[in-house]
Amino acid sequence: MLLALNTFPPAGQFDLWKQAADIGAALGIDAFIVADIGLAAYMADHHPDRRLHLSVQAAASTPEAIRYYCEQFGIRRVVLPRILTVHEIRQLKSEIPCEIETFIFGNHGLMVEGRCSLTNYAVGRSTNMDGACSPASEVHFERDGSGSVTARLGCHVIDRFAPNEQAGYPTICKGRYCASARPDPYYAFEEPISLNLMDMLPDLIGAGVDAFKIEGRQRSRAYVGAVVSAFRAAISASLAGKTMPSVPDLISLTEGQKQTQGAFATKKWR
Amino acid sequence: MTANLTLGPILFHWDADKKRDFYARVADEAPVEVIYLGEVICSKRSPFFERHYPEVIERLERGGKRVVLSTLSEVVLPRERRVTTDLCGQTDYPVEINNAAGLSEVDGHPHYVGPMMNVYNERTLAHHACHGAVHFTLPVELPRVAAKALARFAVDLGVTVEVQVFGRASLALSARCYHARAHRRTKDECQFVCKEDPDGMTLRTLGGDNMLAINGIQTLSYSYVNLIAEIDDMRTLGISHYRLMPHSTDIVAVATIFKDRIAGHTDAAEAAALLSVKHIGAPFSNGFWHGIAGHRYLSTSGFA
Repeated sequence: MLLALNTFPPAGQFDLWKQAADIGAALGIDAFIVADIGLAAYMADHHPDRRLHLSVQAAASTPEAIRYYCEQFGIRRVVLPRILTVHEIRQLKSEIPCEIETFIFGNHGLMVEGRCSLTNYAVGRSTNMDGACSPASEVHFERDGSGSVTARLGCHVIDRFAPNEQAGYPTICKGRYCASARPDPYYAFEEPISLNLMDMLPDLIGAGVDAFKIEGRQRSRAYVGAVVSAFRAAISASLAGKTMPSVPDLISLTEGQKQTQGAFATKKWR
Repeated sequence: MTANLTLGPILFHWDADKKRDFYARVADEAPVEVIYLGEVICSKRSPFFERHYPEVIERLERGGKRVVLSTLSEVVLPRERRVTTDLCGQTDYPVEINNAAGLSEVDGHPHYVGPMMNVYNERTLAHHACHGAVHFTLPVELPRVAAKALARFAVDLGVTVEVQVFGRASLALSARCYHARAHRRTKDECQFVCKEDPDGMTLRTLGGDNMLAINGIQTLSYSYVNLIAEIDDMRTLGISHYRLMPHSTDIVAVATIFKDRIAGHTDAAEAAALLSVKHIGAPFSNGFWHGIAGHRYLSTSGFA
């Protein structure tokens, strides 16, 4: 059982995070996922017997940064940002003294995690401090007379959908905007698309990845059940040297019903 | 509490002549004490200005300014790792760290911690201070209540604290270049199209509102942070350095308005009025500081 304590405690409120860490330790949590240096230092000082994992929110993408966290706080595993190719992961593995965890299914975004204040700018809830990214309480859908749906976050229009188009959840970095170079609405950051590395599992295992992460935040039980079962079967088969089992089609569960291997295959997306 | 004005690094891809002219004028006329120099956004831009640094630094120092070198905020490629390590390893000038890739190199040596380093609380600040950090620029989204606690803690530790008080707020960094994307290119074949937008490329929502500004891999606020009305309060909190961000608006005029406010030559209402007649071309915001949506402007003493 792992505990994600990967937000950044603002000054004056550190005790709340400290309590969560202490309660987790008392309950026998196996590993704590942290991003904040202060919290990492607290864990290393007060719960040195507990495994510490470095959250993707720490945005540690180089051997130098990862080694720093390992040396200072005894980090045992790093969760890598979704911006490295399999080749780069293999190289990285030889340069760091800890385990590697990578995302294999779910959101595909290229924003540096732990460095994003878009939600706080739009609605006053901070991703880093409050753990909120496009919180549902600020999301509004409105259908006009023609049947078009406007999706807002707070007072900001994040996207607009034609009557026959499926409306998506308004996340700022998945919205459509206009710019001087693009007078027609376009996905300025990324299209709604999901990361799916099912076919790359043997490569990732070969590159030295120790653990795979499937995003469960704001997902239904049915989604988690289907996705985790499919990946578990595929990973077990791969480790046993068997051919990959035929897995159920996960595309109906993906965002925008589109999927990608993201940054893991090439650098062309940059 | 002493109050110093600083000038943050140029975030945008201005051509070399424009940057040299900018710094020449700043050296001679801008009432700022500290200048942060360096390419902090995109390593591809660096070669265009590298050879001018010695001359610019000499000019700024002749003008009585203190120079700090800022590192890249995103470090991934081997070349970016090398540049970061080299910059952090030199001892001629103080370094402002903007990515954890440089932390080992500066460990035990005096250094500055930049706004991208996520110093949100006392323990994080204490860790860096124990390892040589002497100066901290707080994250742009940190609200007053947390800044107050951090600044008090910093004063006790004998380190100094800086807050951005003017200019677009950095809201996000990405591995992808959104300028290139807007022009249907990739980062590797960008042809430096970001040069077309000296203050960033405006993103307008489908509701018709200008919301964000794109600067290569960086996403900025469309609004300009403006905390001139809050400076008196910030001084009482123990914040000693106030950062202005370079834009194509007249930065000497902006710095002079802030300096006059700090010196007490203008009151808060006069200073705010002077700044608002400058042709920024975008609204002001101070929501982050007041703990509300960052794009908002809260009028703190009856004027806007």
